[in-house]
Amino acid sequence: MLSAEEKSEIDHEITKFPVRRSACLEALAVVQRHRGWVSDDTLKAVADYVGMSATELDGIATFYNLIYRKPVGKKVVRICDSVSCFIMGYDKIRSKIEQELGIQLGQTTPDQEFTLLPTPCLGTCDHAPALMINDSLHRDLNEDNVAQILRHE
Amino acid sequence: MNKPLTGHIRTDGEAIWIDDYLKLGGYQSLSVISKMLPQDVTKLINDSGLMGRGGAGVSTGFKMAAVPMGEKAATPKYLICNADEMEPGTFKDRWLLEGNPHQLIEGMLVSAYAIEASVAYIFVRGEYKLAIKRLEQAVKEAYSKGFLGQSLDMHVHPSAGRYICGEETALMNALEGKRATPRSKPPFPPAIGVWGKPTLINNVETLCNLPHILNHGIDWYKALSKGVNAGTKIYGVSGHVKKPGAWELPMGTTARELLEVHAGGMKDGYEFKALLPGGASTDFWLEDKLDTPMDFASTAKIGTRMGTGTMIVLDDKTCPIGMLLSLEKFFKQESCGWCTPCRDGLSWVAEILSAFERGDGREADIAQLERHARLLGPGSTFCALAPGAASPLATGLKYFKDEFLRHIQEKSCPYANHLHR
Ligand SMILES: Cc1cc2nc3c(=O)[nH]c(=O)nc-3n(C[C@H](O)[C@H](O)[C@H](O)COP(=O)(O)O)c2cc1C
Ligand code: SF4
Ligand code: FES
Repeated sequence: MLSAEEKSEIDHEITKFPVRRSACLEALAVVQRHRGWVSDDTLKAVADYVGMSATELDGIATFYNLIYRKPVGKKVVRICDSVSCFIMGYDKIRSKIEQELGIQLGQTTPDQEFTLLPTPCLGTCDHAPALMINDSLHRDLNEDNVAQILRHE
Repeated sequence: MNKPLTGHIRTDGEAIWIDDYLKLGGYQSLSVISKMLPQDVTKLINDSGLMGRGGAGVSTGFKMAAVPMGEKAATPKYLICNADEMEPGTFKDRWLLEGNPHQLIEGMLVSAYAIEASVAYIFVRGEYKLAIKRLEQAVKEAYSKGFLGQSLDMHVHPSAGRYICGEETALMNALEGKRATPRSKPPFPPAIGVWGKPTLINNVETLCNLPHILNHGIDWYKALSKGVNAGTKIYGVSGHVKKPGAWELPMGTTARELLEVHAGGMKDGYEFKALLPGGASTDFWLEDKLDTPMDFASTAKIGTRMGTGTMIVLDDKTCPIGMLLSLEKFFKQESCGWCTPCRDGLSWVAEILSAFERGDGREADIAQLERHARLLGPGSTFCALAPGAASPLATGLKYFKDEFLRHIQEKSCPYANHLHR
């Protein structure tokens, strides 16, 4: 079941497209903003609302990096593992974060605070290595500042 | 005025909002086009020599001219700005989007006028949170001043992180709310595009050129360049150089000038080994290519490509095979899964490269990688992702053969900065 607020936000997104179902990614983003992730039931409700099958919508939801089909922590840390960050020391940063959080890529801390995921190039390669924590970008990382950044976000 | 696209961008990180933009002469190109026929705008852009900045370097005027015009043309026609920047090593469009969103909107108004498009979308990468916020704000401002909402409606579509969405036909499927796999071409988007209608898709940097061409004319535009192709180009350098960054410079600036002058040369303790001139999908260049003017024609002449013009520098302390592994893992992960050489081949490529990094590489693997590089090459797949993946692989195999052999002999990676996983 979608809330009235979710429905009205999705309705607004639908106005941007000539075809209702074209707003399906926007709709997924709306419910994820409210619920943190997209469960099976949520997926079905969104599919019904925009007028497509749940299977097809799942094929779209799982296609995208930023739609979460599993619960994630309050803070999703996405570390860039692409080429410029690799050259500038991605491996060391990743190890440091894994050590600090006690989890590996793809995992969530037991207290549901942090999820650690890899991401392709964040488009800030002149300030590599880089990562994002939820919506904020952190750049010019080194082994010293990364622990601080995790603590203060 | 030799940096028309970026010269006004503020250095304090704030965007240029509408009042300042208007004070700087913003939206003036609209009065220029109001005295022209749409076809004449297309002709002017064609004559200016502007080539698309999304990587392939197709003439922008040529693409505009391919959009059907007149009463018989299907409507509505769509204009899409490709702001899905996700090519590893590329960070140029972010600068334009965050720094001067109105310049892009103005460019889109010019293009929409020329092709008589009534609806426009900015397809922007989901991770570009600040750019999305600023684009939405700028679109709102442009509506309130009446630039939008008369003949053109404009929407911002934040994507959700998938490289293939930047391929123009996959982008159209994504926008329609379908799984973002590329479409077969032909038909090309100007004939049958998004929702079956005529569609023009251009890169952010391409569109940002349009207002300046209209305002200052073709001769001025051509004189900005010191290469074969016209205008300026946003180049960038990343890696272990003294001053990594992006700069708007005359088209045709050499790789050497970028590296040694603008990026300040290699950082102390690092030596230059090779570079990728324009993102992950380009060939490795060694020292001998550094004096090539970085423009589409000059690079094509020596059998290579400039790509996005944002170069990635490989130094002597970083394992070239580790770099290749990072690149090919990216392509493997971002393959949409449609074509066999790409879906299956790239998994094998990544697996074999990581075997080398672990110290398990064998000489026969080199031939296997060469075979994959051939199979991934142009002509066997639906889209250019696979040939893009083949570019650094094929040239890496050619230039770094001794490095592969060293990994085999030493049964491990000899570098400190390598990649296992
Ligand atoms: C896998 C793949 C990803 C692409 N990603 C982008 C992108 O993020 N931005 C872009 O402008 N072009 C991208 N392109 C190129 C587009 O397909 C298209 O050529 C370009 O947007 C056309 O704009 P232009 O003529 O202004 O260069 C990509 C191509 C491929 C094959
Ligand atoms: S080349 Fe790769 S990404 Fe492109 S259509 Fe084929 S499988 Fe998909
Ligand atoms: S490679 Fe990490 S930000 Fe581009």
